[in-house]
Amino acid sequence: MASSKLDIEKVKFLKSYQLGDELRLRFSQNAPSTSLHGYEKERGQLFDLIKRTASTGESNSVLVIGPRGSGKTMTLNSIYNELIEDDNVRENLLQVKLNGLLQTDDKIALKEITRQLQLENTLGDKVFGSFAETLQFLLDALKCGSQSSKPILFILEEFDMFAHHKNQTLLYNLFDIAQSDQAPICVVGVTCRLDVIELLEKRVKSRFSHRQVYFLNNYSYENFCDICMSYLKIESKPVRCDFIKEWNKQVEKLSKDGTVRDVLQQQFHFNKDIRALHHILMYVVCQLNETHPFPTPSDFVEAMKVTSTDSKSAMLHGISILELCLIIAMKHLTDIYDGEPFNFEMVYSEYAKFAQKRSSMQMYEKAVVLKAFEHLLALELVKSTDGSGTRIQKEYRLMSLLIHPSQITDALQKYPQCPTEVKQWASTSVI
Amino acid sequence: VDNFKEDLNKTFPCRQSQINLLLSLFGQRHQYTYSSLFIYGHTGTGKTAVTTNILNHFKLPHVLVNCVECYSSRFLYEMILNSLHGNSVTESSDLVKCDNMNDFVRMFKQVSQEKRIDQETIYIVLDKAERLREMEMNILPAFLRLQELTQQNVCVILLSEIVWEKFRTGSGYCEPFVLHFSDYTNDQLIEIMMLDHPTEYDENFYRMYLNLVLSVFQMVCRNLKELHHLAKLNFQRYAEPVKTGEATAEDTRKLWKNIEPHLKKALQTVYLREVSSSQWEKMQQSIEAGQPQLYKSLYFLLSSGLSSRSHVELPYYSKFLLIAAYLASYNPAKTDKRFFAKHGGKTSRQSKLLKKHERASNHMLGPKPFALDRMMAIFYAVVEGRVAPTANIFMQISSLVSLNLLGHVASDDQIDSPKYKCLVSLDFIKSVSRTVNFENIKRQ
Repeated sequence: MASSKLDIEKVKFLKSYQLGDELRLRFSQNAPSTSLHGYEKERGQLFDLIKRTASTGESNSVLVIGPRGSGKTMTLNSIYNELIEDDNVRENLLQVKLNGLLQTDDKIALKEITRQLQLENTLGDKVFGSFAETLQFLLDALKCGSQSSKPILFILEEFDMFAHHKNQTLLYNLFDIAQSDQAPICVVGVTCRLDVIELLEKRVKSRFSHRQVYFLNNYSYENFCDICMSYLKIESKPVRCDFIKEWNKQVEKLSKDGTVRDVLQQQFHFNKDIRALHHILMYVVCQLNETHPFPTPSDFVEAMKVTSTDSKSAMLHGISILELCLIIAMKHLTDIYDGEPFNFEMVYSEYAKFAQKRSSMQMYEKAVVLKAFEHLLALELVKSTDGSGTRIQKEYRLMSLLIHPSQITDALQKYPQCPTEVKQWASTSVI
Repeated sequence: VDNFKEDLNKTFPCRQSQINLLLSLFGQRHQYTYSSLFIYGHTGTGKTAVTTNILNHFKLPHVLVNCVECYSSRFLYEMILNSLHGNSVTESSDLVKCDNMNDFVRMFKQVSQEKRIDQETIYIVLDKAERLREMEMNILPAFLRLQELTQQNVCVILLSEIVWEKFRTGSGYCEPFVLHFSDYTNDQLIEIMMLDHPTEYDENFYRMYLNLVLSVFQMVCRNLKELHHLAKLNFQRYAEPVKTGEATAEDTRKLWKNIEPHLKKALQTVYLREVSSSQWEKMQQSIEAGQPQLYKSLYFLLSSGLSSRSHVELPYYSKFLLIAAYLASYNPAKTDKRFFAKHGGKTSRQSKLLKKHERASNHMLGPKPFALDRMMAIFYAVVEGRVAPTANIFMQISSLVSLNLLGHVASDDQIDSPKYKCLVSLDFIKSVSRTVNFENIKRQ
């Protein structure tokens, strides 16, 4: 009786409150920046720096460095959101966000800056003037400012891509403004390359303040589990709702479950980064529906299985026996000649030796075998070593095998109805 | 939803788990999903069909782009924007123009707001996604991050035959969620091909036939499209004895005896595209029409095929030049004196053995490059009569290069001492030397 009441409550709840929506949003790239874990010290450092620019008109530059998915952008977003809660700052601070993936050269970057600052040479979202004009205009605008003018926060994501621009003009100018007595700006570069400083030219490097903040995933397995569960929990909001209480209870139960902890441990050893964890949690959340309202340990196991399958073995499972034979022949050739590249003729003669002497299988003619070989080439399981040499017949082009022997044995075991002689041939190269 | 699921399972049998997974990942229209999905699997495993069918059925806002068509990034951007906008290609006046990623992201936001789809998940399906690797560096990472860059609910679906590991370069990407469409087993292949069995015959009869087709082809090919095509092509031949009354539908042994050599022939010809499907059909019809003469001539044509029609008519000296090039490519330079000089040294037993070994490996390793001088020397040794080294002779060499019979080996000084490689097979050179009465095999 009680359970059926809860059921009704569940369905009602799922319709009204849309728990799935919120959880899915949490694991997407547009996640609200509130769900941040760790990095109190780093966040404090950055917060102080940006705040000083915003309030006292100090010019700064800083590099935020850390592996992908370690929360660099999220931290900056949360800092900005916290800063603009202050009315004073909100009116004062201007933010310019650039991304190395979008602004692939300085011309586009400059237009984007003027657009985001809404300077006079923009109309709507169109920018007028040539590159030189825009640069001159922008520099003049920044130069005539002093400490009292509005501070600007520049956030350069994928900072290493900006270092590949010609002459690093944009970086030079930005750092130069940050160095000299002009409008106050704070340049924050976000990158995942640890050696990013080495990419900068000497004059650019000398203008950079060499302040670096590292975001390294240095938390333990226990923290990792806690982070995972805190992502699933629903706090505040209408806790009075029975379903949420039940939900949190279930999540609590999950966090103590042995299977779930095993999965998390495995994931932790693979990859400490939170974004990879999101993939698993997103999968778990996607499996929820009216008939299956709470996540179960088996969901986690399933998610782990999907995310950690070996893709090459999976592709090997789908090729034909003839192609499998060719791969085995290539494996033997690589073994015998110690990793030297081989060509089709060698593979064919190796295959012919096997097909004539050992097997009861039909021996296919050369053209059919060549077609199979080309299919492997198209799947990029085999790669030509001398680039795309069109000068040489395809039979004689040198190739190398891109599959590890263990993947071949793995695939052979899983292959449906694999002839025994092929299996034996794979284990010994003697014919 | 459940109704649709059943329909979908009927049209795409054996794809149940994949369909369920995709439906659960997509969720409700307004819900977020993975920012990018990477779907891989062999050709003909239903990657594109299943995905687009789901998207079409629920009328989810989506764009389907084939990356082969978009050979420059500009086409890619404009195609996505225009099809989101609902522009047809014919009314070219108000087509969106966009030539870099920055504008694309900005305009994407605009278009989705204009079309009032910014509250729903927009799906961008990129077929043959391996082509994206050859475009500019920033395209693939930017598409994988599109949700973050546009601050909108977008999901990019990449479809490819190549595994995800081959896409990674540089400092890495925002990883997509990787999904595998598994291959079909033999039973599943038959089940799928049964979907359009010819209605005038019994179901079991056709199933039997498919079994036979698979037994011949499955060792070589597990591609559904290819197998389906071959099965369609040869069915009339299989059903013929039943039609004429020579055998009954139950007489499987007789039918098998009848079709087996035919299918094996098909493996060597139609499967390799040496004979076109229409030619193959014509051949089959000629038997039915009772024209053995026509059948014979066609059969001869088929058995000769494309590859054996490789005979090319060449000028007399060109033939000798080609022969000389072949000899120079496949014989080491130190044997030249023995073969081509008038008083060649005698070979000892030992070196004869050595020679045999060399020849085997040479035919395995392919042609070696040789200098022009060496080729000319061999040419003078093999050609009968005096030949002046006129401009014509050298012209013929360069025309052999442009015919792709010889290949130019890249070297620094092209005019001084060019190097060549012979690019023709042994069979070809044999047929050429036969026409000029030259025994080149013995000479080797």
